[in-house]
Amino acid sequence: MTLLDPALRADFPILSRTVRGGKPLVYLDTAATSQKPVAVLEAEREFYEQRNAAVHRGAHFLAEQATDAFESARSIIAGFVGGRPQELVFTRNATESLNLVTHAFSSATAKHAHGAPLPEGAERFVLRPGDEVVVTEMEHHANLVPWQELCDMTGAVLRWIGLTDDGRLDLADLDVITERTRVVSFVHQSNILGTINPVAPIVARAREVGALVVLDACQSVPHVPVDVHALGVDLVAFSGHKMLGPTGVGCLWGRAEVLASMPPFNTGGSMIAVVTMERSTFADPPQRFEAGTPNVAQAIGLAAAVQYLDKLGMPAVAAHEHTLTEYALAALADAPGVRIIGPSTAEDRGGAISFAVDGLHPHDVGQVLDDEGIAVRVGHHCAWPTCRRYGVPATTRASVGLYNQPADIDALVVGVRRAQRFFGVA
Amino acid sequence: MDALYQEIILDHYRNPVGKGLREPHEAEVHHVNPTCGDEITLRVHLAGDGEDARIEDISYDNQGCSISQASASVMYELLLHHTVAEALATHEQFLALMNSATDGSAADEEVLGDALAFSGVAKYPARVKCALLSWMAWKDAVSQALAHGGAR
Ligand SMILES: Cc1ncc(COP(=O)(O)O)c(C=O)c1O
Repeated sequence: MTLLDPALRADFPILSRTVRGGKPLVYLDTAATSQKPVAVLEAEREFYEQRNAAVHRGAHFLAEQATDAFESARSIIAGFVGGRPQELVFTRNATESLNLVTHAFSSATAKHAHGAPLPEGAERFVLRPGDEVVVTEMEHHANLVPWQELCDMTGAVLRWIGLTDDGRLDLADLDVITERTRVVSFVHQSNILGTINPVAPIVARAREVGALVVLDACQSVPHVPVDVHALGVDLVAFSGHKMLGPTGVGCLWGRAEVLASMPPFNTGGSMIAVVTMERSTFADPPQRFEAGTPNVAQAIGLAAAVQYLDKLGMPAVAAHEHTLTEYALAALADAPGVRIIGPSTAEDRGGAISFAVDGLHPHDVGQVLDDEGIAVRVGHHCAWPTCRRYGVPATTRASVGLYNQPADIDALVVGVRRAQRFFGVA
Repeated sequence: MDALYQEIILDHYRNPVGKGLREPHEAEVHHVNPTCGDEITLRVHLAGDGEDARIEDISYDNQGCSISQASASVMYELLLHHTVAEALATHEQFLALMNSATDGSAADEEVLGDALAFSGVAKYPARVKCALLSWMAWKDAVSQALAHGGAR
């Protein structure tokens, strides 16, 4: 067995509560947000009780301790994904990380048009009408809508890589990446299909044409070992709350020279070099992208989450979730009237499992499951075009985390059966 | 759960009344629930002018969960052949029934008829939008029909 010890569930207080009239909670919604171990809650509390002060300002004792704690959180989190601390920008969430990147393009494009000063190398962020942006048909809205907006602002054209019937990227479409392509942004692991996308061929094609590569790693960093340098991409976005950390903190990792060539996002305090009434110059990364008082306690909480994951070991976490995914796919394949939307095998696939139940709307499936204390997500999962691609208005999605066990999957299968009986479709 | 999915709801879900798009109509609207992707296209056909106009037909095509499907069907039965003024009053009562803050207790049972079966929905805030989708579409369609003076 490659499962983690179920005793670790005790580290997550919420998992022992009951819901809907005394039913034990079966939490299968980790792809939406993960539960938090005590270590994360304690790290935040300890910070507020012992070290709270504004970071990077003032020189008193607490300010020094708070700054140390914040910067050491940065090092821990950067190290976790194979990066260096100066390459890691704190944001609010992955959505903000991705908007920071699209903003770099729109800002560089606008400033360039007026001859305003830009960082060295910012040319690569200047778009012209006819330039192209490439995404995939399985993007979360967070990695689609900001690019659509960018195209509307600059006259660039959005293209995408399509999907195969079994939920994979159609690599025959890689030739949408052409000499006109300036940036390729794609999801590492789909939050709706569970698919883990092959990074290497996409990076190779993007390099041939000199395009920048952005990776939405929101669903991979929490579940599999990720080494940003080994992946060979330029920018990587992920969210703290999906990886056992608090809400309110996300990250953008960027290759040092790429970050250095990007104009700032939010502007104001903490991100400047020199300010006069006429104009300002900006700090080096990562401070350039962290205007205002940062989310210090959340970053410290996220560092504690990363240490928790490191102690278990990401290979062990990945193996655990792979086993659960295999188990769940087999159980759902055996369930009559249930159809998986996404890859049907666990190969190159994570534990976000969408399915359709013949004759039942996902809302109704979810409601019956909820009545049994089983938390799943129903809807389009912020991937509406992906739903359309597979001809469904929405799906029911069960997603696993390191604290799930096969018994949770058993409960899911029984619950789906109950929904079918309740509505008289089986 | 049984309080949510009352028999009347399940009946309307399995055998919706009035479903399908028909002519004539003075207004057609398309509403979606952006959190779950449920959709309805709805047409109204009125006879007469202003709030005294009579609702001759409400025709619709929708996709969604049992609550949203049943709600459209119940609404069709409840509002058909009433005047716009009467239907708007019923609409208001249905909104009151869906008000989670008061658990729907402020609603007038008299005018709601079969729609009272939705009383359980107010306890599930996530489902209130499902129940309201068709009602909101209807109100939008009626105000468009009246605004355009399309009613004959
Ligand atoms: C693949 C993917 N990308 C981006 C996001 C956006 O993350 P957040 O809502 O934390 O910004 C999510 C979260 O749902 C996701 O699953």
